[in-house]
Amino acid sequence: MANAAKESQEPQSHYQGGFHLLQKELMNDYFDQMTRAAEGDGPPAVYLLISGNPVELIRAFDLLPVFPEINALQIAAKHQSLPFIQKAEEVGYSTDNCAYVKADVGLWYQDGQAPMAKVPKPDLLLTNYVGCNVYLHWWEHLAELSHAPIFDIDIPFIRTSDGEPRAEDITYVVRQLEELIPVFEKVSGKKFDPDKLTEVMEYSKETGELWAQIKRMTVNRPSPFDAYFDAVTMMGPLYTLRGTKEGRDFFRDVLKMVEEIKSQGKGPLPEEKFRLVVEGPPPWPYLRIFRDMFARWGAVFVASTYSTVGGLWEFGFSHDPSDPLRSVAMHMLKWNLTNRNFLQRYQQLKSYVDEWGADGLVIHSVKSCRLFSAGQGDMREYFARQVGVPTLLVESDLEDPRYFSKAQMRTRIDAFMESLEHHKLVGLHT
Amino acid sequence: MATTVSSSQETENLPGIVNGLRNLFEDPDFQAVAEIKRASGKPVVGHFPVYSPVELIYAAGIHPVGVVGAGNQIEIAHADSRFQSFVCSVIKSTLELGFTDRLQIFEGMLFHSICDPARNLASVFKRNFPDQWVEYIHFPQNMVTEGSLDYLESEYRRILARLEDLSGKKVRNDDINEAIGKYNRARQLMRDLYQFRREHPDILTTKELYTLVRAGHILSVEDHIGLLEKAKVLAGKKTPLVRDHIKVILVGSFCEQPPLDLIFSMEEAGLDVLDDDFLLGRRWFTEDVPDDGDGIRNLANSYRDRSVIAAVKHDSRQQKGKELVDRVRRFGADAVIVSVAKFCEPGLFDYALYRKALMEAGIPHLFVEFEEKMWLFDKIQTEIETFVESLLLD
Repeated sequence: MANAAKESQEPQSHYQGGFHLLQKELMNDYFDQMTRAAEGDGPPAVYLLISGNPVELIRAFDLLPVFPEINALQIAAKHQSLPFIQKAEEVGYSTDNCAYVKADVGLWYQDGQAPMAKVPKPDLLLTNYVGCNVYLHWWEHLAELSHAPIFDIDIPFIRTSDGEPRAEDITYVVRQLEELIPVFEKVSGKKFDPDKLTEVMEYSKETGELWAQIKRMTVNRPSPFDAYFDAVTMMGPLYTLRGTKEGRDFFRDVLKMVEEIKSQGKGPLPEEKFRLVVEGPPPWPYLRIFRDMFARWGAVFVASTYSTVGGLWEFGFSHDPSDPLRSVAMHMLKWNLTNRNFLQRYQQLKSYVDEWGADGLVIHSVKSCRLFSAGQGDMREYFARQVGVPTLLVESDLEDPRYFSKAQMRTRIDAFMESLEHHKLVGLHT
Repeated sequence: MATTVSSSQETENLPGIVNGLRNLFEDPDFQAVAEIKRASGKPVVGHFPVYSPVELIYAAGIHPVGVVGAGNQIEIAHADSRFQSFVCSVIKSTLELGFTDRLQIFEGMLFHSICDPARNLASVFKRNFPDQWVEYIHFPQNMVTEGSLDYLESEYRRILARLEDLSGKKVRNDDINEAIGKYNRARQLMRDLYQFRREHPDILTTKELYTLVRAGHILSVEDHIGLLEKAKVLAGKKTPLVRDHIKVILVGSFCEQPPLDLIFSMEEAGLDVLDDDFLLGRRWFTEDVPDDGDGIRNLANSYRDRSVIAAVKHDSRQQKGKELVDRVRRFGADAVIVSVAKFCEPGLFDYALYRKALMEAGIPHLFVEFEEKMWLFDKIQTEIETFVESLLLD
């Protein structure tokens, strides 16, 4: 059996490439900053959300951006999420609520003591409501727990047939950002400095352009890195350090490393046998196990929607230092995955399949995140029936380890990969 | 205009009228809507929960119909392959209505920014029913900026233009103000009936009140006003029931609706419901929307500054837990029933806030989960009976 032969070869993936080590260093520095801030030795902390995050404005006031989603996923990746989730369930959260929120609420009840850092309490809760409705609830709950001031930035969803934000939407968001400036002045105790914001925007612009170049490298065969499992490594600095010199330098270094891998004709696996596109967030509690389930088949993810939650730079976005607020507004309104409608996501996935030359689509449906998952059965229907791309839908979760069934996951992935292998052999899909 | 209600002459008492009304909304084939459509010649637009600006639909010469899934009236055969097991029933049953051609009498469907599944549902509708008019309203979630007023006004103007495309009618400001006046009247009557039940829950039952409100999802606003006016008179003539109940406020059922028989079972299990959030969107405003001046601006302004607290509307000026505790004290309720639709994330999140606030205030509460597609109610009924007994014997 093919399966038995593959057992002996796994795992094939290697994780400690140059950019992984570099990322680890940077993220550890960032977590140390959080711990220092929690201990009273650091700038005020602003909580914000990943989707289309306006971190530039926070950096322009030298405030510390804190992303509870990053904290939650770090806890999950370190296999420690369950006790935090259970603590939240003890105080009334449902098994059916987003487990990122529950892990974060559990963390609150543990006085912010996470495995990788002590998380400072918020000095400002900035609700960048970019697509995800749960964000609104999450920040409302954090406001109840912490009594910190809250500022909601309402981002109208893309809902018209041209797929563009309306002029009124842009005006509305820019106006809210203008109202946010004095709030930041108050929290930071610093006067707004337009030159500083321009400088931050310059770094962001370059960082985004570098990231877009890196993301585009995966059209190559073999793909020099995995656009899911390796891309998530780079997403930490993309959010926490965007708008800083360190962040920009990191992406310069990563681009060099990736170019070198490419020039050597190498990729993340010894041999790239299958090119896949993936939709949905990863199962953080079982990330490596999940990766190896594909690696053993020589399957590399060449594109992922998850890596575009924070921004769609690879499709042409770039921050504009000459018009910072409008540019930040456009980032939140248009240039990220989550504020676009479900059918726009189908189109993004289709362009990945076509332009990146994929053999199949994997939909990882996570219970926690209904923004991603609700309706993915329709997405599967569209790709399998209408587009004619082999499509696999598997279910687990991004934070809660109780929803990952290893044996069942593996059986389904193996069956899918066997059928893809068959497709390749008989030339059904290339 | 002849409709099911105004033509029902046989009963002039409230229980009789209520029994005659349930067919209106427990019919997955929308026969009453077809009849109204035939008689009025108007196109029909279905609006998904929670709140929808029905005045705009009406002003455009379109008959608005509240589409809240299919309750326990149909089997889900197709929609559960599109939406996963962890998505609430009302999403799936509404899609199933589409897949089984039951929404063909609707020219359009209008969805709103209430939660992530409802938003994705609007997209899935667009893809699967490309010939249908499908729209989506993004309601503002920043209530403290003046910008949200301008924004919502522009959103309403966009939707109105799309409605005009559908009906071919050019809407004047006067049309909108006329619609506001009528819906104000219906909302005022519903507020009156809610107050009457608060004072006399042993006279006007929750099953009756619910049915009267729900009829407004189907009927024309004129007929709904007629029905509510008649109900108000008849309620005053009813004799009180003798029963040993506790007084409660029920929250959490603002979107997907429990079956009518479950509402009845809950009440029978020992609840005098002083307030609830069933069909909250029909009763969205705390006071009349001004019906002179710029109608669209007034609707937007009322949404922002004069609407009810809701799980699907975020307002940093309010604290939901505190508001609920205040309401319990103001109405003299003994307890709170938090009744949430299974997998309803907004409702489940609010429960965590309510639980904390109620426990801190020493107010007893019971949490129950329901699904619109339920047939058996004994589990919830037993839970409520036990809860009621524990309070009565305390």
